[in-house]
Amino acid sequence: MTDAVREITYRDAVREAIREALLADPRVFLMGEDVGRYGGCYAVTKGLLDEFGPERIRDTPLSESAFVGAGIGAALGGMRPIVEIMTVNFSLLALDQIVNNAATIRHMSGGQFSVPLVIRMATGAGRQLAAQHSHSLEGWYAHIPGLKVVTPATLDDARFMLTAALADPNPVLIFEHVMLYNRSGVLPPDTRPVDIHSAIVRRPGKDVTVVTYGGTLFKTLDAAAELAKDGIEAEVIDLRVLRPLDAETVLASVTKTRRAVIVDEGWRSGSLSAEISARIMEGAFWELDAPVGRVCSAEVPIPYPHHLEEAALPQAAAIVAAAKATMSG
Amino acid sequence: MAEFLMPSLGADMEAGTLVEWLKQPGDRVKRGDVVAVVETQKGAIEVDIFEDGIIERWLVEPGTTVPVGTPLALIGSGEPAAAIPASIPRVPVSASASEVPPAPGPQPWVPLPIEPKPRSHRPRASPAARRWAAERGIALDALTGSGPRGAIVLDDVERAVASLAPLPTAAKRLDFGEMRRAIAAAMSRSKREIPHYYLSTTVDLTRALAWLETVNATRPPAQRLLLAALLLRAVAGALGKAPEFNGYYTAEGFQPTAGIHIGAAIAIRGGGLIAPAIHDVNRLSLDEVMARLRDLVARARSGALRSSELSDPTITVTNLGERGVEAVFGIIYPPQVALVGFGAPVERPWAASGQVALRRVLTATLAADHRASDGHRGALFLADIDRRLQNPEAL
Repeated sequence: MTDAVREITYRDAVREAIREALLADPRVFLMGEDVGRYGGCYAVTKGLLDEFGPERIRDTPLSESAFVGAGIGAALGGMRPIVEIMTVNFSLLALDQIVNNAATIRHMSGGQFSVPLVIRMATGAGRQLAAQHSHSLEGWYAHIPGLKVVTPATLDDARFMLTAALADPNPVLIFEHVMLYNRSGVLPPDTRPVDIHSAIVRRPGKDVTVVTYGGTLFKTLDAAAELAKDGIEAEVIDLRVLRPLDAETVLASVTKTRRAVIVDEGWRSGSLSAEISARIMEGAFWELDAPVGRVCSAEVPIPYPHHLEEAALPQAAAIVAAAKATMSG
Repeated sequence: MAEFLMPSLGADMEAGTLVEWLKQPGDRVKRGDVVAVVETQKGAIEVDIFEDGIIERWLVEPGTTVPVGTPLALIGSGEPAAAIPASIPRVPVSASASEVPPAPGPQPWVPLPIEPKPRSHRPRASPAARRWAAERGIALDALTGSGPRGAIVLDDVERAVASLAPLPTAAKRLDFGEMRRAIAAAMSRSKREIPHYYLSTTVDLTRALAWLETVNATRPPAQRLLLAALLLRAVAGALGKAPEFNGYYTAEGFQPTAGIHIGAAIAIRGGGLIAPAIHDVNRLSLDEVMARLRDLVARARSGALRSSELSDPTITVTNLGERGVEAVFGIIYPPQVALVGFGAPVERPWAASGQVALRRVLTATLAADHRASDGHRGALFLADIDRRLQNPEAL
């Protein structure tokens, strides 16, 4: 880490966060597929094996159930494991460990055992990795009591959410959108703690609230800039945390703007976007001036061809159209 | 086909001004629905309807003052209307109709018949617009929507509010001058016509107040009972055995009524007094009476009372305890025949079981119409109220 303000990528920010955690606490270790010698399939952990050795940077067999289970055991035994799963699609092989074990043990033991486990995984589409590596299933995990689900979208959150996640006595799932790794920006050198319980307004506005998180945040900010040219001031909310959901911030904004659009790379049916819409109905129905709009992925397995993949995903133009539909016409 | 008439909202009301229709022709209404706002001497009153049906058409234009009993609207059965008679208006029969502007001329005022509207027509309006419009008394039909698919949105309502700033319904709910005149007329008539007699007794409140304290200890402030609710229930209970204090004195003499609808006297900020009914107090629980009383006080002070609440009281209870006086000798509100008054609970030396002790006591008074009852019955009635207050858990 240098002392000056410098330009780094989201990938670098995640690596710095892991490195800082490894330096700060001997109980912290990292394990996952190809995290060591290969440096991580998204090159996040490059160089860590050389610096920290194979005891703390562990390559695992290709068995998500086994190494997530091992992570739960290590957490129960007093360690602070960071488990990397290559993509959320593969995490389904460890669903039993995550949902039946990690999420439940604190409750089933009457609070005697907690599972201070952090699981990082990549999510989302846009890299032509086809339907088995491109889905956005974080909304499923947001359904499960006992888990915390965070979605860092900015450099700040990529850099500092891990500290809060490791400090939490319960399992925390961190979703890193694959299209964010190469984004670069300026990060001040100081450490600033961030919370893992609140949403944040990334752009203030008075006309329509656009709620999003993770990979669609920057598309939404682009759409807001586009809307501003037409005199429409969109307020962009980055949820940051999908569970527990910070409905208060959303409702306060909708109460002000009276209109809401939800942007989610997950599918629409039975989704997180549906949950947010329902919270708005429950908490702000009488404040609304228009039906709540949604921009979600097309309900197809994410296609491989670039043009079809782009067509299936939420894009700025669709967000602009959805926001305008809440205004008039 | 039935007629919806300008109601009598008090013994002295001769005419009222239709301020606003709250239902449209074609709307289905049921007994108890508020269909219109009428301006009276007591302020703007929401008028409810007494039958089920469908509003066929309006007969009176908002802004018109008509005598009590004038048909305001035609209510259909809900069957497809065969043929609406061509000439509906009839000359209202009213002794003093000459004092008020006559009902609208031979042609009844009806909304412009643009196209047959579907029965369940509602303007497309957002929840926010609906709430604001309702709070400000704005009719959504009159607005043009600028929102999605032409929906009326909050901005449209705000523009309408701004353009209609001096709207009588929203701006002026209570006319204190009118209210003063109405009180003057009713009280003068009462003292002119009603031979009042007055009785007074002192009630030991120790048990009632202790019981209230116990009950309220475990309740949040919004759920707590006030002494007023106990007093109302005690009066209602005693009236069950003393029907000669519950009803109206008319040209035919005294008519007792079955329902016990207690008019609770409520002081209006800025001056004036109103005594709207809490219906069927004898059938309500203490908590229900308390809830109705809270609701009534809030609405009386904002001028949002219903017609049935103003016309239905069968007796009045006035409670001046909050003002610190010990006893109140009231004037009966005609055509009622009795008024029960309560003063402030005060600490007094009190003889009980052969000893003098400090007790909290309250003076209960009865003003009654000697044409309907005698002092002997009045004394039993007051004593019964006292007895009931000694057994608060049974109230």
